[in-house]
Amino acid sequence: MSDGLIELDGVEKVFDVRRRAGLLRRERRQVRAVDGISFTVPRGEMVGYIGPNGAGKSTTIKMLTGILTPSGGRLRVAGIDPSRERTRLARRIGVVFGQRTTLWWDLPLRDSYQLVRRMYRIPDDRYRVNLERCVELLDLRDLLEVPVRQLSLGQRMRGDIAAALLHDPEVLYLDEPTIGLDVVSKAKVREFLRSVNTEQGMTVLLTTHDLTDIEQLCSRVMVIDHGRLMYDGGLAELHAVGESERTLVVDFERELPPVELPGARCERVDGPRQWLVFPAGSSAAPLVAELAARHPVVDLSVREPVIEDVIARMYAESSAVV
Amino acid sequence: MGESRALLEGLRCYGLISAMWIRSTMTYRASFVMTTFGNFAATVLDFVAILLMFSQVDSLGGFSLPEVAFLYGTSSTAFGLADLLMGSMDRLGRRVRDGTLDTLLVRPAPVLAQVAADRFALRRLGRISQGSFVLVWALTHLDGLQWTPLKLLLMPVMLLSGAGIFSAIFVLGGAFQFLASDASEVQNSFTYGGNTLLQYPPTVFAKDLVRGVTFVVPLAFVNWLPALRILGRDDPLGLPGWVDLAGPLVAVACCAVAGLAWRTGLRSYRSTGS
Ligand SMILES: Nc1ncnc2c1ncn2[C@@H]1O[C@H](COP(=O)(O)OP(=O)(O)O)[C@@H](O)[C@H]1O
Ligand SMILES: [Mg+2]
Repeated sequence: MSDGLIELDGVEKVFDVRRRAGLLRRERRQVRAVDGISFTVPRGEMVGYIGPNGAGKSTTIKMLTGILTPSGGRLRVAGIDPSRERTRLARRIGVVFGQRTTLWWDLPLRDSYQLVRRMYRIPDDRYRVNLERCVELLDLRDLLEVPVRQLSLGQRMRGDIAAALLHDPEVLYLDEPTIGLDVVSKAKVREFLRSVNTEQGMTVLLTTHDLTDIEQLCSRVMVIDHGRLMYDGGLAELHAVGESERTLVVDFERELPPVELPGARCERVDGPRQWLVFPAGSSAAPLVAELAARHPVVDLSVREPVIEDVIARMYAESSAVV
Repeated sequence: MGESRALLEGLRCYGLISAMWIRSTMTYRASFVMTTFGNFAATVLDFVAILLMFSQVDSLGGFSLPEVAFLYGTSSTAFGLADLLMGSMDRLGRRVRDGTLDTLLVRPAPVLAQVAADRFALRRLGRISQGSFVLVWALTHLDGLQWTPLKLLLMPVMLLSGAGIFSAIFVLGGAFQFLASDASEVQNSFTYGGNTLLQYPPTVFAKDLVRGVTFVVPLAFVNWLPALRILGRDDPLGLPGWVDLAGPLVAVACCAVAGLAWRTGLRSYRSTGS
């Protein structure tokens, strides 16, 4: 096989779900959470794993960390079969769950980090360098003595990311690292992840349903829906495949008739506000310049396409071809 | 081969986590003293119930107050040790239900050690010290007790095997919570309930219950069988004499069964959908 750090070949995960059906009867049903996925991630790459809720992203991450055993297929991370050698793999990977912390809830951050240092047997000099770097870049200095339960979601997330990197893992998994974060925390997390990837050459796999995360971080994106890999490639091509569109929301000084511009169409008008749709592949800059030249503009913002729309268009595309 | 490595790693990790909790507890020293005293006082009430009974009668099932106190002290001390070491197991069900066990599975340490050492509660020393007070009082008030080297050796062996048997039940209860995540009540009835049972002489209970507690859930090996030997009394089931000394073997067997059950339980863990 190739020399990928992460290798999946036809990986499946089927859950047996029991559901109440009526008063006493129980119904057994199978959920194919991951349905035959294959991909390879080479060392040093930063990959985005996106898809709507329930697509199978978390289940994939759980198999890659050894939390869950695949129902079928072959899976290797750094040459290790995760579910068979979970603790050996644990020393070589870092894991961040957006929804739940890996830190000790009642202990101050610093104590959690000390515990991580001892548990992973991190050499003193590595520990000091890594902690200092994370504290600096993630802005944790004032938080070190605060118990985890008193941290805000954004602070906790930054604390969690630091904890996952203290032992110099070869690969970092993040499951929805930006979910529920405020704009400032999101930006900080993204900037940090970019530096970890470009400066330290860390392999990063992150799941999200926020296309902006991918846009700002990943050169490669994989789209998963209903447990199947729908797309694996560059972001620009994804937009082309999905024919996705971005929206320019413009507030004019006064009410205007729907504006007409080359390369964009007006989708909605609400008083002085208008929604102009243009292809996601093209830049917003010439559009904005053109607009400002023609009419007095008070404010404007760009809305990214939502992943559900992109996927819906991908479905439409593929069924149209068949 | 990997077995003993995993055991050592588990002990190391247990030590690391519990030490961290002790340190964190000690930063609020006053609160620690209060809760430990509370733990002590709450368990004293158990013994007060026995004292009240003896204000009405001279013996209970043919046992004098110092003899019952001896049973009480041995069971409470053994149980207190197990509760100190393994008492956190009953929080496992919640972790299984809400999927936070995931976070323990991504660390390079045995999950059992991480669960057992979680929130290590030094205040449980309160129960141990209360049990040992009663035990010491009993030992100084038991008249006519014939000490032999064997009986002297049996004392610490009994307490340690007892703690081992109770610990195994805590772990078994934990394993069961993988299947039924709201099963911590069942576990408590065997641990806390078993402890209360053993504080009274076996003669006050029905034969069938005593049989069950000897052969099915071997709680009788915690103190009844060895303690009756020390007190120089016959056991109610008329078992051969060597059975009184089988505590350590029973404890090891219980731990082996609990270990297997734990592994099976952990393998059945399948996280939760978000
Ligand atoms: N432990 C589980 N037991 C039963 N069903 C599950 C479990 N985990 C996930 N699922 C189901 O599998 C599907 C994929 O879930 P998940 O991987 O969490 O999706 P995502 O992370 O992309 O939102 C969903 O239908 C979910 O309900
Ligand atoms: Mg998820």
